[in-house]
Amino acid sequence: MTDGAAASPPIGTHGLDWLDEEAPDGDIVISSRVRLARNLQGYSFSAQATGEEREALLEKARAATEAAGVLEAVDFWEVSRLDPVDRLLLLERRLVSKELIGKPETGPRRGSGLALSRTRALGMMVNEEDHLRLQTLRGGFQLVAAWRDLDQLDEEVGARLPYAYHQEFGFLTSCPTNVGTGLRASVFIHLPGLVLTRQIRKVLEGMGQLGVTYRGLYGEGSRIVGNLFQISNQTTLGKTEEDLIDQLERLVGRVIGYEKQARAVLLREAPNVLEDKVWRAYGILCHARSLPFEEMMNLLSGVRLGVSLKLLKSPRVDVISRMMIHAQTAHLARAAGRRLDEADADAFRASYVRRALNGAESN
Amino acid sequence: MDCENCGERKAKITLTEIENNEMRTLNLCTTCATLKGVSAGGGSAPMADLLAHLGGSTGDTLFDEAGEACEYCGTGAGDFRKSGRLGCPQCYAQFDRQLRALLRRVHGSSQHMGKVYVSTAPDADPEQVRLSTLRRRLERAVEIEDFESAADLRDAIHALTEVP
Ligand SMILES: [Zn+2]
Ligand SMILES: [Zn+2]
Repeated sequence: MTDGAAASPPIGTHGLDWLDEEAPDGDIVISSRVRLARNLQGYSFSAQATGEEREALLEKARAATEAAGVLEAVDFWEVSRLDPVDRLLLLERRLVSKELIGKPETGPRRGSGLALSRTRALGMMVNEEDHLRLQTLRGGFQLVAAWRDLDQLDEEVGARLPYAYHQEFGFLTSCPTNVGTGLRASVFIHLPGLVLTRQIRKVLEGMGQLGVTYRGLYGEGSRIVGNLFQISNQTTLGKTEEDLIDQLERLVGRVIGYEKQARAVLLREAPNVLEDKVWRAYGILCHARSLPFEEMMNLLSGVRLGVSLKLLKSPRVDVISRMMIHAQTAHLARAAGRRLDEADADAFRASYVRRALNGAESN
Repeated sequence: MDCENCGERKAKITLTEIENNEMRTLNLCTTCATLKGVSAGGGSAPMADLLAHLGGSTGDTLFDEAGEACEYCGTGAGDFRKSGRLGCPQCYAQFDRQLRALLRRVHGSSQHMGKVYVSTAPDADPEQVRLSTLRRRLERAVEIEDFESAADLRDAIHALTEVP
């Protein structure tokens, strides 16, 4: 910890309110996120900017977020002053990008900042690839509501800081793939039915034709774990924000429909196999003494499917989503109060999962 | 664990399939998983798509290495072709002809249709800024028939404009 850390507010273990039991389509869609890329006039983009420029920008951003009414009580961090475990914690909550926290060897670049509302649902990254990346996160399938919050934050910040804007090209961004609206909306979605019935390829490739893109759990280039996918809009220019959101929402709506059909087919065609798979997954999670992260995610995928098909009574899907977050390495290390090597982490994870499942059962 | 399909590369993806009421689990490398139809990403990611446009034969004529650099930040066409990132907002003016063509290829359009932005002076009266923000939001709320928000916004505007 550096000297300044004392001045930073704690990240805290709270702020998962967005994982709501009642979240719309929460058994299939885990979360909805919208991000807006914005840059300020008169500065080079973050990668080109000098350390002084990045710091000047950080202070402007700090003042703008503190004045933004929609954020209510806002916490602001200079990322370099955060403990390395806290940085990973934020990454595991999907509240920062890898780019913002930097490589483990080098740490973040000078002037990297993060603002988050007390609920952690709304905020912005500062001096990431773009000067500002405004973001909002909601549980379940709630793209429109997420956009409404973000739009309001954008209005407030844009009224205080002069954005770089071009009549023809719209909001200017470091990478031309984000220019125009600067909007990237995504849903984090669980599709075991489509994977098990081998329709996932057809469905995902079909989406590729319609202006959306998909990836595995950890973002770009990462592999698929636990049948989780992130689906987002591919282009940002030539359509209004509302149209981009609407288009993605309709497409994801269709994917949800296909997933439900696939689950119904599995229940009808292979009920015994399915039930066995679900209970085995549950059994292993309840009794294992060592659980690597990917294995846990794959087993939780089975349990989640079982719960949403009512083959299992507990845990609730929002409890499973919480487990997916808390059983990641930095979260475990924070709970343990010490650094964990891989074997330690797997053992710690197994005991955390056992306790979480026991707690869910007795409720 | 080695890939159960090719036996050559390391298994990275666990694929579970159900066929004829029988389930099997396959541990596959990314290559074999892709061949089986489960790739880790697709529908062409925006950045890969952009670099393909820049590096391919179509990109050659657009961003000529020998061309001028941005006057403000010094980013040249060659830098952009390598990284896919521009240096500053002025780069859009410097390379506007080439970017227009590139944006049409990548986004299918070069014309922004989204929010209109009018920069307010940084030292503008914060109350006026807040007021204009509220008015714009009210317009939008009425447009999308979100009457609940509209009522709240009207109240907020009243509170700001009423002389105490
Ligand atoms: Zn292989
Ligand atoms: Zn430039």
